[in-house]
Amino acid sequence: MVACRAIGILSRFSAFRILRSRGYICRNFTGSSALLTRTHINYGVKGDVAVVRINSPNSKVNTLSKELHSEFTEVMNEIWASDQIRSAVLISSKPGCFIAGADINMLSACKTLQEVTQLSQEAQRILEKLEKSPKPVVAAINGSCLGGGLEVGVPAALDMMLTGRNIRADRAKKMGLVDQLVEPLGPGLKPPEERTMEYLEEVAITFAKGLADKKISPKRDKGLVETFYFTELTAYAMTIPFVRQQVYKKVEEKVRKQTKGLYPAPLKIIDVVKTGIEQGSDAGYLSESQKFGELIMTKESKALMGLYHGQVLCKKNKFGAPQKDVKHLAILGAGLMGAGIAQVSVDKGLKTILKDATLTGLDRGQQQVFRGLNDKVKKKALTSFERDSIFSNLTGQLDYQGFEKADMVIEAVFEDLSLKHRVLKEVEAVIPDHCIFASNTSALPISEIAAVSKRPEKVIGMHYFSPVDKMQLLEIITTEKTSRDTSASAVAVGLKQGKVIIVVKDGPGFYTTRCLAPMMSEVIRILQEGVDPKKLDSLTTSFGFPVGAATLVDEVGVDVAKHVAEDLGKVFGERFGGGNPELLTQMVSKGFLGRKSGKGFYIYQEGVKRKDLNSDMDSILASLKLPPNSEVSSDEDIQFRLVTRFVNEAVMCLQEGILATPAEGDIGAVFGLGFPPCLGGPFRFVDLYGAQKIVDRLKKYEAAYGKQFTPCQLLADHANSPNKKFYQ
Amino acid sequence: MTTILAYPFKNLPTTSKWALRFAIRPLSCSSQLRAAPAVQTKTKKTLAKPNIRNVVVVDGVRTPFLLSGTSYKDLMPHDLARAALTGLLHRTSVPKEVVDYIIFGTVIQEVKTSNVAREAALGAGFSDKTPAHTVTMACISANQAMTTGVGLIASGQCDVIVAGGVELMSDVPIRHSRKMRKLMLDLNKAKSMGQRLSLISKFRLNFLAPELPAVAEFSTSETMGHSADRLAAAFAVSRLEQDEYALRSHSLAKKAQDEGLLSDIVPFKVPGKDTVTKDNGIRPSSLEQMAKLKPAFIKPYGTVTAANSSFLTDGASAILIMAEEKALAMGYKPKAYLRDFMYVSQDPKDQLLLGPTYATPKVLEKAGLTMNDIDAFEFHEAFSGQILANFKAMDSDWFAENYMGRKTKVGLPPLEKFNNWGGSLSLGHPFGATGCRLVMAAANRLRKEGGQYGLVAACAAGGQVRYRGVIGPSRESFSWND
Repeated sequence: MVACRAIGILSRFSAFRILRSRGYICRNFTGSSALLTRTHINYGVKGDVAVVRINSPNSKVNTLSKELHSEFTEVMNEIWASDQIRSAVLISSKPGCFIAGADINMLSACKTLQEVTQLSQEAQRILEKLEKSPKPVVAAINGSCLGGGLEVGVPAALDMMLTGRNIRADRAKKMGLVDQLVEPLGPGLKPPEERTMEYLEEVAITFAKGLADKKISPKRDKGLVETFYFTELTAYAMTIPFVRQQVYKKVEEKVRKQTKGLYPAPLKIIDVVKTGIEQGSDAGYLSESQKFGELIMTKESKALMGLYHGQVLCKKNKFGAPQKDVKHLAILGAGLMGAGIAQVSVDKGLKTILKDATLTGLDRGQQQVFRGLNDKVKKKALTSFERDSIFSNLTGQLDYQGFEKADMVIEAVFEDLSLKHRVLKEVEAVIPDHCIFASNTSALPISEIAAVSKRPEKVIGMHYFSPVDKMQLLEIITTEKTSRDTSASAVAVGLKQGKVIIVVKDGPGFYTTRCLAPMMSEVIRILQEGVDPKKLDSLTTSFGFPVGAATLVDEVGVDVAKHVAEDLGKVFGERFGGGNPELLTQMVSKGFLGRKSGKGFYIYQEGVKRKDLNSDMDSILASLKLPPNSEVSSDEDIQFRLVTRFVNEAVMCLQEGILATPAEGDIGAVFGLGFPPCLGGPFRFVDLYGAQKIVDRLKKYEAAYGKQFTPCQLLADHANSPNKKFYQ
Repeated sequence: MTTILAYPFKNLPTTSKWALRFAIRPLSCSSQLRAAPAVQTKTKKTLAKPNIRNVVVVDGVRTPFLLSGTSYKDLMPHDLARAALTGLLHRTSVPKEVVDYIIFGTVIQEVKTSNVAREAALGAGFSDKTPAHTVTMACISANQAMTTGVGLIASGQCDVIVAGGVELMSDVPIRHSRKMRKLMLDLNKAKSMGQRLSLISKFRLNFLAPELPAVAEFSTSETMGHSADRLAAAFAVSRLEQDEYALRSHSLAKKAQDEGLLSDIVPFKVPGKDTVTKDNGIRPSSLEQMAKLKPAFIKPYGTVTAANSSFLTDGASAILIMAEEKALAMGYKPKAYLRDFMYVSQDPKDQLLLGPTYATPKVLEKAGLTMNDIDAFEFHEAFSGQILANFKAMDSDWFAENYMGRKTKVGLPPLEKFNNWGGSLSLGHPFGATGCRLVMAAANRLRKEGGQYGLVAACAAGGQVRYRGVIGPSRESFSWND
């Protein structure tokens, strides 16, 4: 079963905030001709059931636009007025898509709060009318449903409203959101998608008739939601104001903890629900539309919408289709990265060879792939049969057998130039002419790796992020010699693996590692200045980073950080200075390599969640202690010292042409490095926060520390002309 | 209901492998054999192939097919198989010592008699020098037994084969859970009391939850009834059509039973009970009655119900097949020739039960025949919806073009030649035994109704289909199953 494809039937229409879907087959409805003048909605009558079909023209998805609203209102009024019609079915003419929520473009087009509020109110009115419809209305939904504005249930629905979780059809049924499920059909006398929609419609009509004839009771079995939260006792408890206050408080606390107060939407939703319950639904609706308007106007909303657009952009292959599809992939090195890449390849149907130098290494890698797939079985996202069939795409081996068929080789061996050279030569001796050689490296320049290649036009960098199956980003690095077709192939493979892709030019540290390095250098200086790693972590996470800065060093690996700091330090010199790399050297010599060795800034133990500081670090830190500069050491200054160095370097990458577009820079920073999503990425941050303010900050720190904080030319230009924006 | 076990699409090549391996063998006797089919004087072409021995059905029998949980419920599978074997011996009077080999099909295995063919043969008084093996291929296990025999004869390895099948759904192996089994096996190996106690301390109550034989396709976890319901919906087969077809099956079976046409049945004296002489699942009802039933699988709007599905059945069948010259030399008048057969397989999720549509044109083309040449069709009826979906698929140019790579539709088998004496819906469907019943029904119908070719087809779990040809003495019949 395709996990993201859900078919459900709701006996009651709920408001959908975001629905996602794919697939598009347009069907013309052959209903009464008078109705065909409408562009978004058609309806026809079958017996005494009105079948309302939603079909936004010229679009893959149906969106809640103004036209759709008005046509829908018109149609529903006709249905309610008609004597012949006793019930109605709402269905989309697009298989795989019911309504994809409000169009983001429409929302971003709104200039004022009032506009958005008005849009929201219009939607509410019709939904409210639907809810109170005197005639039964059945919604037949084919498409997956994210979140959902379920203004009905309280705490349970709250959870969904807040986190916007993805719910599969079978779960939606269990939770009582959906009343009936219809399974997708296979081949018949028509294309399966088309027949499935028809079948869904037929079943929905039966239900609508049954409801109108009172043969089927609209009362649902108590779903999981209700049995869970609304046992009679809790239902009673919720009537007591004091208990309610406690519930609100608890939910709010939890939300604050999870969002660190950086995302305004969840808190506003709580407010709205509170208003709805305490002051009645009218006040609730009013409050909802106002708050919705306020939210759309926030910086966070702009930042997140920007990320959405950026992501759409990075899901396209700007190089066009490659000449030859990659069907056989070979991966060198069965380490964490190699096995991770193998996992995301085999489950998309790529025949993959995983080669390692030792049997122990290979075993570990194969086990990692198996465990990754098996975890999905445990979560019921795969059946054990599917797991086995996917796993059979993987061949583990120690030799180069079968490489003569490979269309692409991705090497993920240890980060050592001479080793990479050796591997490249070995591989080129066995692969066919058309085969692409991709290097998964985080900092070694690809042109240096390609220097020993017989065919440098086939060499490219593919920088994955660990853990590969979770991190969405893939940074593709092209050298001057890399051919366009090689790039097209690499992007095609990355897209197949489900990655969001940025394509950057070759250079030390490419884009992502290069942005991270100066920030890491600053992390070391801050620690040297006596800031506790725990304090530093909380400062960074409260700024919106998903992982604290000290923890990040531990996760990446202290040895890797040292490696990168040294390499890039040599190239970029003073600008990458700040913290003393000696700190990392000493940690490595003591074996404090971070999580992988059990000790870094923190102590890691198997099965222990709580992290304790590594007290052995005290002496190292003491020996390298720097006096803090009180001018620039407030909490906020510490946060901005980190972020401004990051941002400055990112802008410099654009200035130097490493990055092609600011959008790719934002996507790379957010999806690869955990740059706070609520800020939308370094470039969006400059636009929204103001280049001048950032330059002011940088200048202040420059006065204290020197060149590391000198704003780059492009950033200075933006500060000088306030009309200049990265995003127009 | 034919829901069972899983046989993912792997065993297809078995028969062809046989053919390959022995194809080169010089056939010393083949030239004489060819003489026999030459007698066929009809205008229709003979299906005999050069250099391949002709294979004939001498005769075949079956025990009455009973609803599981009725008279056979205290038996073991080999008891039923033995009844079929002794019945065959009695019917054909074949001397035991000429039987070269015995093959039986079964689906849900009784663990104690996993080679049920051998246990039954020994009990039925066959020579203990006659080897026997058991095959399994979901609902076409008996077909696999027969075609395995055809392969052995055609390749000259054997002259006389007994093939058959058995299923006893009244009793199925219900196992301890894997955890419990592991605990018990470990206990076996424990040496000291201390080890035993520490093992026992690991016992948890949930270990006792039993494991039932899977009623779902292993690869998709979908039960077959569910799959049939989706298939019916995909082809827009209505509930009424399905009920009507089921009613037809029951009415025809009743008629055939009343007229004594089901002559392949041999009475079976069940130990401690009365002699069973006829099938007990034939129950013609009325459309009104059938319309009252609730859907059995997809609730509440599905269309497959208990009344339009085949039911769980106990039963066994056996058939005697020989090289043609051997049969003639022994003075037998063969009932049919077994000609071409073919197995196909496809997607086990969405096309699980569409095998007959795929296999029919292939086997016909292989034999150089058309739909019009066939006089008796015997298709396995797993579900009304499945048969009707296959009809619609065979009648659809769109389906032929898009899924079968054919330019034109397969064409519908004429209903008046189709399962005229009832089918699995009414007679019952003991998974492992149905194949032989289909072949004997086709052969007996050709003799009774006149006609030359018969075609047998069935669909099986795992999405496999098989096909076979049966030929009457001066007629030829043709069939396929899956």
